[in-house]
Amino acid sequence: MLLREVEYARPSSVDDALRLLGEHDGARALAGGQTLINVMKARAASPDVLVDLNGLGELSGIELGADGTLEIGAMTTYTEIVESAEAKARPILGEVCAQIADVQVRNRGTIGGNLCSNDPTNHLPPLMVALGATMAIRGTAGERAVPAREFFLGVYMTAVGQGELLTKITIPAGRKDGFAAVTIGVDGTCIVNAAASLNGGARVAIGCVDAVPVVVEPASADETAVRDAVRGVGLEPPSDVHGSADYRRHLAELLAVRAVRTAAERS
Amino acid sequence: MEAPVASKTITVEINGTSYEREVEARKLLIHFIRDDCDLTGSHVGCDTGNCGACSVIVDGVLVKSCMLLAVQADGASIRTVEGLAEEDKLTALQQAFSEHHALQCGYCTPGMLMSATALLEKNRRPSEDEIRKALQGNLCRCTGYWNIFEAVKAAAEAGA
Repeated sequence: MLLREVEYARPSSVDDALRLLGEHDGARALAGGQTLINVMKARAASPDVLVDLNGLGELSGIELGADGTLEIGAMTTYTEIVESAEAKARPILGEVCAQIADVQVRNRGTIGGNLCSNDPTNHLPPLMVALGATMAIRGTAGERAVPAREFFLGVYMTAVGQGELLTKITIPAGRKDGFAAVTIGVDGTCIVNAAASLNGGARVAIGCVDAVPVVVEPASADETAVRDAVRGVGLEPPSDVHGSADYRRHLAELLAVRAVRTAAERS
Repeated sequence: MEAPVASKTITVEINGTSYEREVEARKLLIHFIRDDCDLTGSHVGCDTGNCGACSVIVDGVLVKSCMLLAVQADGASIRTVEGLAEEDKLTALQQAFSEHHALQCGYCTPGMLMSATALLEKNRRPSEDEIRKALQGNLCRCTGYWNIFEAVKAAAEAGA
């Protein structure tokens, strides 16, 4: 398919990338391209300039701190996360990344691209919210840290502004996490998903039921408490060909329970 | 710092041969391979990143070439289905596809072969489940998956 005319630049540093993004209205960062190139085909996105982040070593890689904190570069691919020994410190990361699409997409697609596209059917936004991740956003003026809960602003919208880049995702230590999803076919598009974390209090984030992940904080990991908490937030999910709002509400409760159970059972 | 460009000259090595072409930035890698380099083995199936018929191996990494721009492959080394057989000698995997009737219309075959090749180079003795997971990104609209799995299994057993 022929894309609309676009200009392309391959910066050699993050600073150069930021300068290019700031200088050109209509410039967009190109990460793995597994979403962006496709939406460009459909003309759902029509950037004038693509700033290719591939090859910027400073944006990829996974570091495990002495206290168990993980720092993941935004351009780290799903496959790198699945295969990383460091990322196993928080096992849910590799488990969820292994459920994204297929080998080819996982080889190219990146954690940062997934989060910045904030497609409500993506798995990683609710997961990052449940895990209490922090996003590092860099602009020419400097870097700021944004908690995952405040990062997702709307469908396809995040706290990353024009001329800025998500550079790094910091995930605190912890192991007791769970994830559950109902998708169209194995590893396909999501109908509803839920991520749970029981590391000091219970936190569940439910995806595909609103523009941004919905946070639910049950009083305990007990099934009744989780069900009550999900009902308590009064979800108003969309209806579409894949599921009615009622069905999504039903799944949200069920998947929250499953995710919490997986988290509770993990040693 | 390089300024953004609408087209540029790229050099890409495909199956050991170097190709230098001027391409528009908007050109997808699959179209560069097929139209600019006349290597029409890799197919365009869905053009939306679902079917995997355009799968190629770029610098050792299996990708769908409809989801990369040609300019992104500047300097890369690519393997396509044309690079598998040496002269007329099929690889063990290709031979197994032939023997197990692992193709019907053949449209998905180039992508299936590249995905299975990438799998076997990484994992010489894949389990049935690993074979299925490895080919998840490749659709066969003849639905001839069973024989494809059999062929990959046979090639693995033959030490492909």
